[in-house]
Amino acid sequence: MATVKYDEATRLYPGNDKPSVDRLNIDIEDGEFLVLVGPSGSGKSTALRMLAGLEEVNGGKIWIGDRDVTNLSPKDRDVAMVFQNYALYPHMSVADNMGFALKIAGVDKAEIRKRVEEAAKILDLTPYLERKPKALSGGQRQRVAMGRAIVRSPQVFLMDEPLSNLDAKLRVQTRTQIASLQRRLGVTTVYVTHDQVEAMTMGDRVAVLKDGILQQVDSPRRMYDHPNNVFVAGFIGSPAMNLLDVEVADGGVKVGGSTVPVERDLLSGASGNQVTLGLRPEDLELSSDGQGIPVTVDVVEELGADAYIYGSTKASQHVDDDEDGDAPEKPFIARVDGRRPPQKGETVHFAPKQGHVHVFDATTGERLGD
Amino acid sequence: MALSITASRPDPALLDLPWDTPLEDWPEEYLAALPRGISRHVVRFVKLSGRVLAVKEIKTVLAEREYQMLRLLRRLDLPTVEPVGVVSGRVDKAGEPLDACLLTRHLQFSLPYRALFSQSLRPDTATRLIDALAVLLVKLHLAGFWWGDVSLSNALFRRDAGAFAAYLVDAETGELHQSLTDGQREHDLDIARVNIAGELMDLEAGGYLPEGADPIEISTQIVTRYTELWNELTGPERFEQGDRWRVDERIRRLNELGFDVDELSISTDFDGTQIQIQPKVVDAGHHSRRLLRLTGLDVEENQARRLLNDLDAYRAANDRQNEDEEIVAHDWLAKVYEPITRAVPRDLAGKLEPAELFHEVLEHRWYMSEHAGRDVPLEDAIADYVSTVLPSKPDEMAVVGVDTVEMPVVAMFDDD
Repeated sequence: MATVKYDEATRLYPGNDKPSVDRLNIDIEDGEFLVLVGPSGSGKSTALRMLAGLEEVNGGKIWIGDRDVTNLSPKDRDVAMVFQNYALYPHMSVADNMGFALKIAGVDKAEIRKRVEEAAKILDLTPYLERKPKALSGGQRQRVAMGRAIVRSPQVFLMDEPLSNLDAKLRVQTRTQIASLQRRLGVTTVYVTHDQVEAMTMGDRVAVLKDGILQQVDSPRRMYDHPNNVFVAGFIGSPAMNLLDVEVADGGVKVGGSTVPVERDLLSGASGNQVTLGLRPEDLELSSDGQGIPVTVDVVEELGADAYIYGSTKASQHVDDDEDGDAPEKPFIARVDGRRPPQKGETVHFAPKQGHVHVFDATTGERLGD
Repeated sequence: MALSITASRPDPALLDLPWDTPLEDWPEEYLAALPRGISRHVVRFVKLSGRVLAVKEIKTVLAEREYQMLRLLRRLDLPTVEPVGVVSGRVDKAGEPLDACLLTRHLQFSLPYRALFSQSLRPDTATRLIDALAVLLVKLHLAGFWWGDVSLSNALFRRDAGAFAAYLVDAETGELHQSLTDGQREHDLDIARVNIAGELMDLEAGGYLPEGADPIEISTQIVTRYTELWNELTGPERFEQGDRWRVDERIRRLNELGFDVDELSISTDFDGTQIQIQPKVVDAGHHSRRLLRLTGLDVEENQARRLLNDLDAYRAANDRQNEDEEIVAHDWLAKVYEPITRAVPRDLAGKLEPAELFHEVLEHRWYMSEHAGRDVPLEDAIADYVSTVLPSKPDEMAVVGVDTVEMPVVAMFDDD
């Protein structure tokens, strides 16, 4: 087991003028489950492969424990890519299916047996060790494949979208299994996904990348409560945070016809007279007095206890918008009480819950205040 | 969602397949072979307009990605199976969505490695398969393709004048790059070694591996063979100014290995006494391209080498070295090649590909001549081969098998 350190690590593909991963700095603790997440082209897979030794590092360094692995070949790094291949061999027992790679590595028989038995215990496969894979269920077969990586006892597990070829149900199941397995094993793990829900439910910490640049690395809770910039705010959370361009007013910001109170300190850092207001769908309340953000309801998604309102609002107005014309309509999502949801076509008003207002600089997109 | 078929040359008969049924449950009447074994994905072989198609059920994005990848690889002239299309937007009878299907054409006369191990075996079969896989991997790497799941089961093998030629079957994990880093190539090799060892250990456990063959030892050969070939094809070579013949020598060696040199860099050190050469662009298929140009025959590389040797022997024997090569090749085709390949009765035509048959008959003639202590005429060799050797060979035109199939499964066609 080991720590992992990206130290100004940079990958520039030949012929490109912009790095795919640009001076990445992340310190991953021993035993930590770190998820790299971002849209396609964000550099998350490239970052993982730099750690695996599959991509050259053009600048900076990568450390595993106290070893500088920047220029080591993949097999000398003591990392395991999990789920690359989970073909099972029909004539071999489950134990042999799990342990054969150790045999190739020249590990002696007793040691192989010991490691296979340990892994089987963790994976609940002990009763099946002498059986053939044919006798196993789909989920058990998948655990055998995980076992193959576990018995190698690498310093770091690397997983690149391991669930992408599973159907939705199996994906949720396997997600839980991987996360709990990782906690039991305590092996440092770096996991890549484009799915922020996966990232938030699995990671001890989540690193959000965009255009090769690290946006934020934090615990899921902190990431959700305290996004560093507009990109992270919009990317993390489902449904996504509402982001409205609004004007600074006395004691708050002007939204629709009314003023939403925002602390003065928070607004004092803004570079202009405008800010971006971030409101999570779950941090809104219907207001009865016609004050707040006017929203026209398009769709009501009833989920029992809660309902989601998908609508639009004209409350967002950017300085660059044509001042004489109508404000543009922006989509707006809010969670409401499922027992008395507004009706489709209705116009309702939402006010943010106290203390759940995010404010970002309209120019830089950076979070204002702390 | 409506059913959507993406295909380069769509066959309307595709619409008749039971797309509203999970592939696993497709009725036997559609299948070219019965499913066996366990596999990562559900794969079935179906009959369609007199051909065999492999159908793999996977998620739509993956199916489309693999389809495009295979098309790209084919365009780069790499040996892969031929993608036919993707069927997506499938729903079952209850309206529930089903995964997409990737369709590829079954490669005629190709063999899954397991089929080879269940036949009575030459002791070096495993080694010859590894050699073929190493050549395939080098070709893919030269083109910038990182496979990600190199294994015997993800390739198909065609007989190639006593050796094998390997084709890529599964490109699901692959990525095409401008060029590969050493780390990417090493990683592919590492995956190859582990997978091959696993596959051979499995054959051993099933009693299919010849006595005394060591899976681990054989699996490490992929690294040796690959590295030798890679270095020969791409490595720099230094020599003294006076040894300029070594430029031609290097090109000849590469031709011998079946590669053409499209670009070779030559540089000298500052005082010009040392020369360094390094192939920059090499192209597989040196012999098969030449044979195709001369005769129109499209065959594997070793087969082409064999046929070209025979063509050269024909030129020499008939004292026609000064004649136009194409004209002599035309005569050779009509007088030597075609009589042999046409001598096979129709019911035995599914045994071997014509070029492989030609190679076998020449071998057979050599053994007969040695045995008789004189030159046996070609006609006699053909007749003897067709009556004594060929009938006992297995039908190899349509051997299909899923990646972890336990036994070879031969496509069953109705007699129509």
